[in-house]
Amino acid sequence: MSSLSLLLILLASSVLAFELGRRRASVAATPAGGKLHSLPRYHGYFVGLACLVPALAVLCAWSILEPKIIVALLVDQLPPGAAELPASELGLLISSIRNAATGFSILSQDQLALLSESYRQLKSAGRQVAVAAVFATAVVSTAVAFRSIRPDFHARNIVERGVEKLLLATSLVALLATLGILFSVLFEAIRFFQLVSPAEFLLGLEWSPQTAIREDQVASSGQFGIVPLLTGTLLVTVVAMAVAVPIGLLSGVYLAEFSGRRFRQAARPALEILAGVPTVVFGFFAALIVGPAVHSVGESVGLEIASSSALAVGLVIGIMIVPLISSLADDALRAVPSAQREAALALGATRAEVVTGVVIPAALPALAGALLLAISRAIGETMIVLMAAGLAANLTANPFASVTTVTVQIVTILVGDQAFDSARTLSAFALGFVLFVLTLVLNVVGLRFVASYRSRYE
Amino acid sequence: MSSTARDTLNARVAARLQRRRRTQRLIKRMGLLAILLGISVIGLLFASALLHGFSGFMQVQIRLEIAPGRDLVGLLDGTADPDAVAFRALRQHFPGVESRTDRRALRQLLSIDAGNQLAGYLLKHGHSPGEPVRLRVAASSSVDMFLKNRWRGNVESVQCCLDDRQLGWVEALVDDGALSLHFNTAFWSNGDSREAELAGIRGAIAGSLLMIAVTFVLAFPAGVAAAIYLEEFAVKGRLADLIEITVNNLAAVPTVVFGLLGLVVFIEWFGMPRSAPLVGGTVLALLTLPVVIIGARASIRAVPRSIREAALALGASRMQMIAHHVLPQAMPGILTGTIIGLGRALGESAPLLLIGMVAFIADVPAAVTDPATALPVQIYLWSASPEQAFVEKTAAAVVVLMLFLLLMNLAAIALRNRLDRR
Repeated sequence: MSSLSLLLILLASSVLAFELGRRRASVAATPAGGKLHSLPRYHGYFVGLACLVPALAVLCAWSILEPKIIVALLVDQLPPGAAELPASELGLLISSIRNAATGFSILSQDQLALLSESYRQLKSAGRQVAVAAVFATAVVSTAVAFRSIRPDFHARNIVERGVEKLLLATSLVALLATLGILFSVLFEAIRFFQLVSPAEFLLGLEWSPQTAIREDQVASSGQFGIVPLLTGTLLVTVVAMAVAVPIGLLSGVYLAEFSGRRFRQAARPALEILAGVPTVVFGFFAALIVGPAVHSVGESVGLEIASSSALAVGLVIGIMIVPLISSLADDALRAVPSAQREAALALGATRAEVVTGVVIPAALPALAGALLLAISRAIGETMIVLMAAGLAANLTANPFASVTTVTVQIVTILVGDQAFDSARTLSAFALGFVLFVLTLVLNVVGLRFVASYRSRYE
Repeated sequence: MSSTARDTLNARVAARLQRRRRTQRLIKRMGLLAILLGISVIGLLFASALLHGFSGFMQVQIRLEIAPGRDLVGLLDGTADPDAVAFRALRQHFPGVESRTDRRALRQLLSIDAGNQLAGYLLKHGHSPGEPVRLRVAASSSVDMFLKNRWRGNVESVQCCLDDRQLGWVEALVDDGALSLHFNTAFWSNGDSREAELAGIRGAIAGSLLMIAVTFVLAFPAGVAAAIYLEEFAVKGRLADLIEITVNNLAAVPTVVFGLLGLVVFIEWFGMPRSAPLVGGTVLALLTLPVVIIGARASIRAVPRSIREAALALGASRMQMIAHHVLPQAMPGILTGTIIGLGRALGESAPLLLIGMVAFIADVPAAVTDPATALPVQIYLWSASPEQAFVEKTAAAVVVLMLFLLLMNLAAIALRNRLDRR
């Protein structure tokens, strides 16, 4: 039985349980027993939730634990000596058994066949246990809930308290996701730093993450210096900001201070559409049109510009970020109280002088926050750089040269097969950690600027 | 003050005023220009996607005729090789082609799928005995590209893949009217393929829809529930502040980082399948969640206090007030935010690359655990192909993706306008 059908059956039976509870409560309200404390449907909700929630919890727990339990049982069955294999080879063995069991493998060794058969048995036995456990939980807790229905039973209060708990739990998901990102990336990054020292990683001037795939292979040990990636990212970001800040700021100023209501109502959604264009589309145009165009413009003025230059990539990222800056700037400028504007106008300032002399200085913290958020966005941009920038890590400050960025390296390393213990694979997590921390700081500071400014005028 | 002094002062003030007004005009014009620039980029994107992608919706096809006889009988009872039959039908146009190399060169004009298409045609349409079977099959992508370029009037660009002999045959077929341009149904009905003339986006669209369904099922209830908690129940304090910061920050975390999370937590730790829309949808749900929460909070906050107080005054519990009054009022706004979030998820590709949705998958996925790819990832994959024939496919897929997003955006705007009118 698949998890999906199990889920559907659970949902259906909880609807049934709801109906049962509701009926039972209606019947329980006899003249002798007194009036119901809660409406019958709250008794129904109570029984329905009792049927669903504990069983779901069991199902979730099982789905998370199942692979680990089965692998542990499988390792017990492996021929002696196999259990002492290094973790990576053991993982390879397990996954080949797993693949053989699901019919993906072309291997036909007897032992593998035997093991995969026992994997299949373990898996189906596990499934049966899980289904039985889920249903048993559902039945027991439904029965307990059902028996507790009495006219004076405070079903509504209990249901409402339970729902409030559920709401609290869901609001923690965002927190959990952040922690999940932090710990999963940190965990793998620490494994990387056991292979490569942090000093080498942070200060190294060369990035070439090729490592030997087999142990007997003669290959370079790989260079894991993040500096060229950071300078590449920085270069792209600087170009992007040079494009995005003037255009975005001017758009924001116009929207907030000069445009009529109707123009604003049309222009803001249009810019939002630009913000909604997928980055892969921008990347396609960066690679197909902007890169070659920049290259040929450079050629015509006698400049050597690579078609995957930082300039072209930064240009496109800059355009992509314009709506972010313009709408943040628009909000920030409009939040400045009109009394300040009117005072300046009354003293004879032109509207442009009001903007540059009064409104922008007043909104400066929020504008700075917007700038930080925009920088964070440019640093984290992946698809445009992946499709239009180069792969070679050049340590250069020349925007006409081809550079690579942190995000591009993360993706190129992790696309395709990876062994989770090679320095090459793990280096992607170290890069991810750096990226996460960098953007986290920018975001938190930027958001704080925006928020503190907002609270000043509200 | 003497009159001349006053005059010079006036003149200076007037000049200065003029300068100030000029600055004002300049700033205003530059602002307008900046906005128009931003908007024109959208137009530019659409226009050039259409321009490059239009031909991707069309396909050059070869008309074949199979006379009643041994071949047809063989095809019907399954003894003849459809590929060979299709090739013999093409050879009827060129009786002079005998040598082995010539035959191979001629064979290259047909798509490698020609035999398949022939067999499929007979299976679907049958045939009336005694009549020849006439059908069109796909030409190979080199013929396709050559003719499309020529019809576009750009002759010199692609002759890479056809030699002079083959060019002669193509000319002859065009003169016969056997080669013509038709709507490319394969683009809509096929999954991915290594052969450009067979590659389609059906698999990618199915993958994207499955993923968006998973994202919606996870992110919508969770986002609304979290927003209700934060707006209606949360007590101001450390925890509420922390949640607020993480929600806002999560909305700004680079999306590729979510891919790292998916790779480590869902695939490595939980053992969920690689390349599956289930994992992709879950990762995208985490990415969409903050957007849904922020939008839902804003629209819950916008519900007037008086409605809440009226409900409470009539004896409703807080939960009843929320479920019966606040949520129905806020729902259009919540849905607008959700649609915008889902639109963002639909166009997202970076995290999907890390969880294996970038593999070459020719089948159309039917369930959330099947290996699949997504429309934006398909665009990325095709754009990385060196073959020129894939450029138009990529642009055509971009057009489809943008249309999807445009539809979602229009839906969101329509909802918002309905909300405003209320």
